[in-house]
Order: sequence, then structure tokens, then C-alpha cells
Amino acid sequence: MHKTPLLDQLESGPYPSFVTDLKRLLPTKPQVNDLLGQLERSYKEKITHWKHGGIVGVLGYGSGIIGRYSDLPNEFPGLEHFHTMRINQPSGWFYTSAAIRELCDIWDQYGSGVLNMHGATGDIVFLGTRTEELEPCFQALARKGFDIGGSGSAMRSPSCCVGPARCEWSCYDTLEACYDITQEYQFELHRPSFPYKFKFKFSGCPNDCVASVARADCSVIGVWKDDIRIDQSAVKAYAGGELKPRGGGSPYAKLDIQADVVELCPTGCMSFDGSTLKIDNRNCNHCMHCINLMPQALRPGTETGATLLIGSHAPILEGAQMSWVIVPFMEMEPPYDNLKEIAGNIMEWWAENGKNRERVGELILRLGMRNFLEALGLPPVPQSIKIPRANPFFFWKDADFEAEAAGKKYYTTK
Amino acid sequence: MSEEAERITDIGPPHYSKFLPPVVKDNYGKWKYHEILEPGILRHVAESGDEIFSIRVASPRILTTLQARDLAEISDKYCEGFMRFTSRHNFEFLVSDKSKLEPLKAELAQRGIPKGGTGHSITNIVHTQGWIHCHTPAIDASGVVKAVMDDLFEYFGSHQLPAQLRISLACCLNMCGAVHCSDIAILGVHRTPPHIAHDKLRHLCEIPTTIASCPTGAIRPHPDKSIKSVVVNEERCMYCGNCYTMCPAMPLFDAEKGGVALLVGGKVSNAVNPPMFSRLAVPYIPNNPPRWPETVQAIRKIVIKYAEGANKWERVGEWIQRIGWEKFFEVCDIPFTFQHIDDYRWAYDTYRTSMHFKF
Repeated sequence: MHKTPLLDQLESGPYPSFVTDLKRLLPTKPQVNDLLGQLERSYKEKITHWKHGGIVGVLGYGSGIIGRYSDLPNEFPGLEHFHTMRINQPSGWFYTSAAIRELCDIWDQYGSGVLNMHGATGDIVFLGTRTEELEPCFQALARKGFDIGGSGSAMRSPSCCVGPARCEWSCYDTLEACYDITQEYQFELHRPSFPYKFKFKFSGCPNDCVASVARADCSVIGVWKDDIRIDQSAVKAYAGGELKPRGGGSPYAKLDIQADVVELCPTGCMSFDGSTLKIDNRNCNHCMHCINLMPQALRPGTETGATLLIGSHAPILEGAQMSWVIVPFMEMEPPYDNLKEIAGNIMEWWAENGKNRERVGELILRLGMRNFLEALGLPPVPQSIKIPRANPFFFWKDADFEAEAAGKKYYTTK
Repeated sequence: MSEEAERITDIGPPHYSKFLPPVVKDNYGKWKYHEILEPGILRHVAESGDEIFSIRVASPRILTTLQARDLAEISDKYCEGFMRFTSRHNFEFLVSDKSKLEPLKAELAQRGIPKGGTGHSITNIVHTQGWIHCHTPAIDASGVVKAVMDDLFEYFGSHQLPAQLRISLACCLNMCGAVHCSDIAILGVHRTPPHIAHDKLRHLCEIPTTIASCPTGAIRPHPDKSIKSVVVNEERCMYCGNCYTMCPAMPLFDAEKGGVALLVGGKVSNAVNPPMFSRLAVPYIPNNPPRWPETVQAIRKIVIKYAEGANKWERVGEWIQRIGWEKFFEVCDIPFTFQHIDDYRWAYDTYRTSMHFKF
């Protein structure tokens, strides 16, 4: 056994310790001894001991496996190969114990027994196996109904919030949309053919529990168009203190509807006379604050769908971007042809124009939003901007003059 | 040929409906409201009157198959085998039979599995791989997370903060964890340009792609034509590591100079205010394994000042927006440096052009 005095210090304390858990594998998995030994070395030297990449995979796929080799294979022979397998997670990360055991049986047989539940993109991550185990492990997974997820310049495994399975706020079926889109893009998921990665994330409401606005090239966020549903008797119960704000999840025992809800409403579209809560729904901007605070009194409306936002990514390379609204409202019903059509057009435009390792959000910045919207056949709408331009440097194209000549006020794609 | 035909590919993930508890199937899309009965325990009630209880427990994200089997065993005992993981990588037991709630709580207490992460808490830290499995990190991930969560543990199993507080960690600027919209983001940073292995570069890298990978144009061909390599204009390098991603002969590790930066005030929710980016609070904290005490202390200080200073329901970013960044640096006792002033893309958007500041 490698000595791990530094890592051992991470076994104390109240939060679950990954070191304690990993040590449970020592009797059966010699490579985990090496994993802890090399990690201890990194703790001592403050530097990683994993080599850069390496192209490995399973037959016919170009993604989902991350090659990983130790730079100290003589000292830690169990880490000579220690590849990652990304396994596409089920929508909403629901499992049965039987499915978990099947995954564990396979990983005990073919790999290190170390998992991430889950990776940052959402996949089940199998951490550590040898090249020769990849294909048999993949086929064992496939026989149990699991498949490999995305990596590299490919569609990445789409992910979604808990949605209608256990949330009253979900404005569309995030689980089914995620599943359907994942199935639609199996080829693109497994065979990298894009300029760079492309992520879909599905959130059921503007609380955005899967952070789609920050981390998805294509963010699909649920929204309603009609009125917030109000149960006035529950409003009174909140006012009287019988119901606790935020379902009881805050330190505050009683809700002050005027101060906590009405005065914090970002659009000032609410009023409360001490017994009845009124909402000017045409001026509501769907921020969710009032609904979050009074879940038994308020619910999103029933004319529901999603907003489509495009282009977010982490800082590499042009600086972090959040997704931009391009379609304020779309129906979200299977088979999601409307979403697939737009997504297909985006991928085509991006494939045509994108540079190597350029995310679609960066390409829109480089070529301009008008160019992008025209390519997609989408009209300009005020919901897509925070504020109009301040500079006077706007372009006029032939299409604008032609529209004028035809007696139209301005050119639009629809 | 026959062997080929037997291979199964492109089936995608299993359909989620295989994994939903019967009460979820019966009430799918028909949930009416939820309550948080106590920290870590949610009760969702459907229009039919049916209910489901979820007990949310801490997870370090790295799990062994042994731990996963334990969770499966507990789920069999109390949840008819149904479970899920959250978007913050916590674990949830899905309890349909209310009478199983108390016995499950007792078993979790006995096994030392902490429940929490609901409502106005600090839930699990979303994070990346770090030294356990990545080739580009400046810091470890799981160890820093463990140290920070141990220290802030009182906030995991309670609802004592003005709003929820989301901490995320990414071990380098690639930000696999996409931490850039978190209340507190822990970021591993390199602070020195890459060391170029001139003898290896020509074997491992395409020179034009390597040059093109640099966002600041700091890389050019080696002036000595006989050396098929590149040179870096070190003054232009901002240590993003993009060249290293493209070219393994350009590692940029420095055991002593790499470390931690903290960014604060981001969020993804639209509640009250729109989503916000996290902004630089502390540009550098030394990399100090195994428990990163300076990082832990700096985060605790920000959490405490936020808890003291924020109004009801205010997220960290909303609190800072209200009091002003100059006050944030003052109350948290964080020195303001040149590093805080943006000099990258869109920097101008961050400069103050009003008299709306405080002394």
C-alpha cells in the first residue's frame, strides 16, 4: 500500500470523504492503490501527473472515451492506462437500484470501480480502465441498455432538470425533450463532426436548475404566456403565517407579502390589499420570485412552452457568454420538429462558417446577430435584446431597400 | 461480418420512464406544490392528493461502486429501489411510503450520511476532476471541495442564509464545471506562461494550429528556422492554456505559482434579477493541499459577511449590487488590485462611468 499521509487528512470532517470511500476498493482494486498513491504525489508536489490526452475509443465511435495515462507508469503501474468512459445518463438522473447494480457490476468487471455521479455535462463517468477493456465494457453496457456519451467536437450528452416528474413549475416535459433530442442526434453525439462541442440543456422554468443559460449552446427554458395561477385562500394563509415562505426552506417564519413579494417584483406588476393578491400578468416578466416564495398560492400559467436561447459557454476563448434569447416562445410538444428544425439550421450555419474550436456563440459575435437570424429565417424581435444599440453604425442591405420599395416599413425574414 | 452485426450501437440512454417510481408516473406533470419539511427533506403534493418525499443527502461526486451499491441497498429498503441524483450531484432517496421516512432518517444518521442541500442552504459544490484525473489542472478539485464543505457544513443542513448559495469549482480556466455563474466560484489558475519543450514540439504538435490557438496572438514561429518550434511573447500570455490543449509540448504548470482565485456574485436563476456572471473577488490564494486553509478561510469570510449584510432573499450578487463593489471589498477586507480591473474583451463595459460610488 502506498502511504498517503496528506490524503488521510481528508478523511476527517463531517462531509463525505472521497478518500475514505476510495480506500474501500483497496482490497479488490490494486489500481486504486496506485490512484491514491499518485494523487498523494500530486498533493506533495502541487502538480498533476496525468499525461496529455491520447486517442482511444470504441469501434465506430469518435467520442465518449477520454484517453488518460499516468506520467509515472513505472511507479504506479495500475495507472499506465486509466481512461474515462462517459456513459449517457437517463433524463433527470433517475435510477432504479437494479440499474445502479448493473452499472456497478459492469464497472467492477471492466474497470476501477471508481465513478463520478455525475460529470459536469451530466454523463455517468466511469473513471479508469485499460484500452483493451473499452470495447467489451461498451458492449456490456449496450446489452443493458446504456450507451456512451459525447466528447470532443461533437454533440454532448443533453441534460435536463427533474421537470414534470417531480416539479410543479415545469412548463414543458424536459425529460422527454431531452430523451428525444438525445436520440435524434446519436450520430452527431458519437462521431465528432462539428467545429467544436455543442450542448443542449433543458430547464423547465426560469429558475434554470441545469444552468442552461450559462453552459448550453442551445438553452431551452420553460415559460408560460398566460396568467400566473393564484389560490387566494393560500395567499391569505401566507399572509396569516399559517404557510411558511419558500415551502419552509428559508430562515423566515412568516411572509410579508407587501415587502417580500410585491415590492421585490422586478416589474412592479403586483399589488396586495391585505387579503387579495393581484397580478397585472401582461407586465409580468416570469422571474419566478413570487412563485418561489409562495409555492402553495402561485403556479405558472397553463399556456406553456419554452424560450430558446443560444450561445453560452465557459470563458475559453473569447470570455464567458450567456445564451441569448432568439425565440421568445415556442411550443414544446413531441416530436419537437420546431426545435429540431432550428437546431438543424444552427448546426448547418455553424458547420459552414465556424472556425476550428469556435463555439456557436462566438461565431454569432464574429459574424453578427443579423447574419445568424437571417440564416435561420428568424425575425428580429425586441425580446432578444436588453437594449438597442447606442452607436449609429447600422448596416443597410439590398433586402432592406427592396422591402422599402415594396412598400414595407422594414425588412424581416417572416 | 456476423460479429459486426451483433454489436449494439447508437441506442442512446435508457428511457427515463423505466426508472420512475409509480407515484411519479401516476402524477407526472400534475404536481401541485412542494414543501421543505426540514433541511434535506422535500414533500411534493400532486393534484390527486398523492405525495412523494425526497431525502436529499450529501455526495462528494466521486463514488465507488461499493458506495453506489450501498445507496441502492438503502433505496431497496425504504424507496422500493427508486432514487435520483440532482443537478448539483447530490443524491435523493425517493420515498413513496410516508411511514418509511423516520426509519430512513434513522438509518442515514446511523450510517453518517448527512442530509441537507435544500432551500437557503449551501448545497454540494459542483466541481471538476482536478489531480485525480485531469491533465491541465492548477489545483485539485475533490480535496478543495471536501475542505470547504467540511468548514461550511453548518450551512449544508440548515436554512439560515438570506437565499440559497451555490459554490462551484473548476480546476483550470477551461472550466469544465462552468462555474462562471456561481454565488462563489473557486477557480484554479495558472500564472506563468507555458514552458516550451522545443525538442518535442515538432513531433507532437502542428505549428499552425498551435499558433492559431492563442487568443492574444502571443505565439509565433521560432525565429531560428532550424528549430521547428514556436516562441511565446510572455507579456501577452494570460495563461489560458488553450495552446496546451492543442499542443502537449507546451505545459504551463508551476507548482509554486499556480493557485486559487475566487469569483463571486453569479447566478443562473431569473428570480428578481437576471442571471449574472461571477466577478473576480480574490485573484490569488496559494495552492495549499491537503486542506487549502487560506481558501477555506477566504470563502468563510465572504459567506459570513453576506449572511450578515444581505437583505431577505438576496443572492450574493444582488447583495453586492445593492451595496456596491467598493463596499464589498471593504466589508470582506479584500485588497483591490490591478488584476480586478478588466483588460480583456468588453472590458469597457465594466468601467464606472457615473458618480454613483461610495467612499
